[in-house]
Amino acid sequence: MTDGANAALVEVLLRHADDNTILGQRLGEYISSAPELEEDLAIANGALDHIGVAMHLYEYAAEIAGGDASVDGYSMRRNEREFTNALIVEQPNTDFAHIVARSFLFGVYQKLLWEQLSRSSDERLAGIAARALKEATYHVTHARRWVVRLGDGTPESHARMQTAIDEMWRFTSELFEQPDIDSVLIESGVVFDITRERAKWDAAVDDALEEATLVRPEDPYQATGGRLGRHTEHLGHLLAEMQWLQRTYPGASW
Amino acid sequence: MKATLPTVEEVKRLLDAVVDPEIPVMTIADMGILRDVTVSDTGAVTVGMTPTYSGCPALTVIEEDIVAELKGAGIEDVTVEVRHFPAWTTEWLTPEGKKKLAGFGIAPPDSVLAIVPEVLCPQCSSSGTAKVSEFGSTACKSLWVCTSCGEPFDYFKAI
Repeated sequence: MTDGANAALVEVLLRHADDNTILGQRLGEYISSAPELEEDLAIANGALDHIGVAMHLYEYAAEIAGGDASVDGYSMRRNEREFTNALIVEQPNTDFAHIVARSFLFGVYQKLLWEQLSRSSDERLAGIAARALKEATYHVTHARRWVVRLGDGTPESHARMQTAIDEMWRFTSELFEQPDIDSVLIESGVVFDITRERAKWDAAVDDALEEATLVRPEDPYQATGGRLGRHTEHLGHLLAEMQWLQRTYPGASW
Repeated sequence: MKATLPTVEEVKRLLDAVVDPEIPVMTIADMGILRDVTVSDTGAVTVGMTPTYSGCPALTVIEEDIVAELKGAGIEDVTVEVRHFPAWTTEWLTPEGKKKLAGFGIAPPDSVLAIVPEVLCPQCSSSGTAKVSEFGSTACKSLWVCTSCGEPFDYFKAI
């Protein structure tokens, strides 16, 4: 591959790795606070899947980038502005309905993404995506079940589920943005045009909202900037906690 | 240092001692994660393995165990290569491995193509079983209960 294509691939790998790192950390924060023990297990399983995917993507990025690039360097010693995760994954947990809404809206996107990337002309990326796809299928099935159970539940659970969907909604269009740098990789079949998946996302989300007796939000406002490193106030706080050990003792290892 | 180079078969036999740390009755060959073994002209051994779940913490332990096992047999030059493609599937579990799982109290995975998996209770073999939770004590298992004998048990998810 050319230097340009390599640089683009590193960016793509970091983007998706960052999504998984931050969501994994967010889910991890909630373990022991879920409404039931099985749910704690489910959240912990999901968090572990996300962190595992992130690790494999960072590893690959570090190999291409060379030099002193490393998994720990990427995850634990980069600053807020260097993270290119989507804004939705850094949103605070707030309550269980917010966790469900975030996991569902993001999960449907991520499943479509892994479906695409499992056909990548880059075998290693295709393999990582194919495995992640199996895991994402579990995540989405699980989150969707909760969307319906809470949405079509009591007046209280319905109201809180609707509020959570409303508050997460503004971070969903960003998921279907395609940074310009990807074009060189789209030409070679390494990555694919994510904008084409938007209709499938809409259909899957609408279907769940309808079953859950929830309303698709009408507020047209959509936030953006995560892919360029411009984040909401929440990411900095998350990183401060997640990175403290490597910041305090740089290079510490087991 | 051994005088003669190890053969692929010898290395594979040695690797039969390397087990999944979370399911210690299963060797890495039983799990279907041991992909290939090569021995170079100079005696350098390369072991290819495929991770099960992305975040499986056993992966690092298994890598270390492979190196330790082979070094213990005098093979110094060992490289473990992680093969991400194609992705691991429970279809790669050996028939022997599935039997060991059931003997260990974990219901083995049905075919990934089964729409409704047939899950037999590993204690009493009843097919009257019900899923309690999609997610269990490790990434690869879900939590089930037998409606005949009442025992809760793990089911190795088919993926």
